Amino acid sequence: MTDAAVPLVVEGMTTSIRLQGRLHHVVRDMSFVIRPRETLALVGESGCGKSMTALSVMGLLPPAASITAGRVLVDGVDLVGADEATRESLRGDRLGMIFQEPMTSLNPVLPIGFQVGEALMRHRGLSKRQAREKARELLELVRVPAAAERLDAYPHQFSGGMRQRVMIALALACRLRVLIADEPTTALDVTIQAQVLALVADLQRCEGLGVLLITHNLGVVASVAQRVMVMYGGDVVESAPVAAFFARPTHPYSSALLAAMPRIEGGSQLQPIPGQVPPLGDMPDGCRFRSRCPLAHERCAALPPMTPVAGDPDHLVRCWARSDA
Amino acid sequence: MIRFVIKRLLVAIPTLWAVLTTVFILVRVVPGDPTMVILGDQASEAARAALREKLGLGKPILAQYIDFMTQVLHGDLGRSLATNRPIVDDVLAVLPWTIELTLASLVVGAVIGIPLGVLAAEKRDGFADWFARIFSLAGVSFPAFVSGILLLLAFSVELRWFPVISTAKSDDWFGRLRALVLPSINLGLLMVAYVTRVTRSGMLQALGEDYVRTARSKGLGRRLVVWRHAFPNVLVPVVTVVGLYLGVLIGNAVLTEIVFNRPGIGKLIVTALNQRDYTLLQGLMVVSAFAIVIANILTDLTYGLVDPRVKTA
Ligand SMILES: Nc1ncnc2c1ncn2[C@@H]1O[C@H](COP(=O)(O)OP(=O)(O)OP(=O)(O)O)[C@@H](O)[C@H]1O
Ligand code: SF4
Ligand SMILES: [Mg+2]
Repeated sequence: MTDAAVPLVVEGMTTSIRLQGRLHHVVRDMSFVIRPRETLALVGESGCGKSMTALSVMGLLPPAASITAGRVLVDGVDLVGADEATRESLRGDRLGMIFQEPMTSLNPVLPIGFQVGEALMRHRGLSKRQAREKARELLELVRVPAAAERLDAYPHQFSGGMRQRVMIALALACRLRVLIADEPTTALDVTIQAQVLALVADLQRCEGLGVLLITHNLGVVASVAQRVMVMYGGDVVESAPVAAFFARPTHPYSSALLAAMPRIEGGSQLQPIPGQVPPLGDMPDGCRFRSRCPLAHERCAALPPMTPVAGDPDHLVRCWARSDA
Repeated sequence: MIRFVIKRLLVAIPTLWAVLTTVFILVRVVPGDPTMVILGDQASEAARAALREKLGLGKPILAQYIDFMTQVLHGDLGRSLATNRPIVDDVLAVLPWTIELTLASLVVGAVIGIPLGVLAAEKRDGFADWFARIFSLAGVSFPAFVSGILLLLAFSVELRWFPVISTAKSDDWFGRLRALVLPSINLGLLMVAYVTRVTRSGMLQALGEDYVRTARSKGLGRRLVVWRHAFPNVLVPVVTVVGLYLGVLIGNAVLTEIVFNRPGIGKLIVTALNQRDYTLLQGLMVVSAFAIVIANILTDLTYGLVDPRVKTA
């Protein structure tokens, strides 16, 4: 099976959350693959389901949510049907995640060094001392200054940027195949953002890691990703290689996103997308962008399929107005 | 950590001073003539004057205050009006009984309450959760003398596992331990109730925190996630509750000591009240106040142990 060569394959994944007795789809029919050394960027407005996608793949959804359809293959093993023991054995070993919230994602009562080395004790059978030694190396790798002295420090003694580095060290402790980074830089200031991204890129080069990078920032997408997926209201609306996406953004929502991007050279005005993402209970049937789309039409009451743009099988878009062009 | 301990001890000094002053004032603002309260209205004027003299009530208030403070600071609580024995001796004779009862009920509270609270939070709305909720409601609403009598009827009268009267010679360790079981369960039920509640609500919160998700993202199993990552974060509220209710526990010890017929501070208080032993009562108030201040200091020091944010602050 070719699936085993590709570390992460997601096929037709739908994630639903139960709120006040009603089931809402927060991610619908999502498919993508992540190859070694590849960075796939996932972009979209706040609340479109990016974190839910990440947590679904990790198997860390909140209790009210679950994957209701599709497959998530990690090294060829389907995690959706698997028992908890199988998922635990892959989590932190093949599949790791950096969370969106660096300030709250570290345990306040455990020393940093222990938290970083813990996955190695779990998956590699290292002793406490060996794990500690390895934790020091990892902290040096992510350039935490005076790493050796800070192994016994606690999270509250670190700044936000340092905590995010610690999170990266923690997630990368074992030789992961896929790293999911959920807005790893939004909480950081610009220079540290760049350093953190460079660090992840380094690790990708030398460890062959595949990365799912969740971000708001199209500038980051352009500089580090090979492929990009745009999400709206739980649906992937466009999926393309980065160059093709910036050259020819095809979905009306993608165009709006790019237009809203501040440009340094042109000095053009920021054009926010008019309207808002409808709340979960109020999503329109069919194309969920319908309530804000300038091209909306009667047929948009049915969900459009993903179709190739100009015959390019790598560049897919979910829009009636674009599919028959 | 050592600096933290010293700081905490220094803070206790004004607290103790305030507590002693309060006891001093409380005893003296009792309305009416204290000799009337102590001797009753049939006593002769001569007897009253003698008692006033003995209590030092004739002196100016400031002199009384200074006398009182110097005495207490020298570890002297005066003599009992009823028996004329030094109060310190009476207190020291029963103090170990009360301490052992209180500590044993603390242990009962922690050993039952913590696992029950954790289990309830983990299986929210499941069987364990309902059991814990009903149990802790019963624990706080059941008067100690009712549960005490029920325990006695079941385990001492019917099953004959434990003695009905809890006194045992102090060199008979097994007997003393055996006599401790029912009273400490009785007093501990209250602690179980409080500890279960606070553990359950703390764990419910902790299990939803981001750092628990991080722990799971490492592939850790349920046991490590719960006990290594979530539970230590709940220790601070648990220690707070235990510390706070230590005072309540000392209060409830009175009822338990009576039902099980155990010696202890509680029974001494009842004796003092019955005999209108005004000086003994004052001494017991001082001792209880000291006990609560010490309990508070221990609670704060425990914070330093369980929460690195306190230790390194
Ligand atoms: N714990 C939860 N309970 C209820 N609804 C939730 C929960 N978490 C997320 N949602 C809902 O699921 C949808 C997707 O949320 P998600 O967190 O995936 O968005 P996101 O794309 O990551 O946004 P952001 O950019 O702000 O991080 C949103 O409508 C959100 O309101
Ligand atoms: S399918 Fe219709 S509503 Fe949706 S983006 Fe295309 S044109 Fe707009
Ligand atoms: Mg998010």
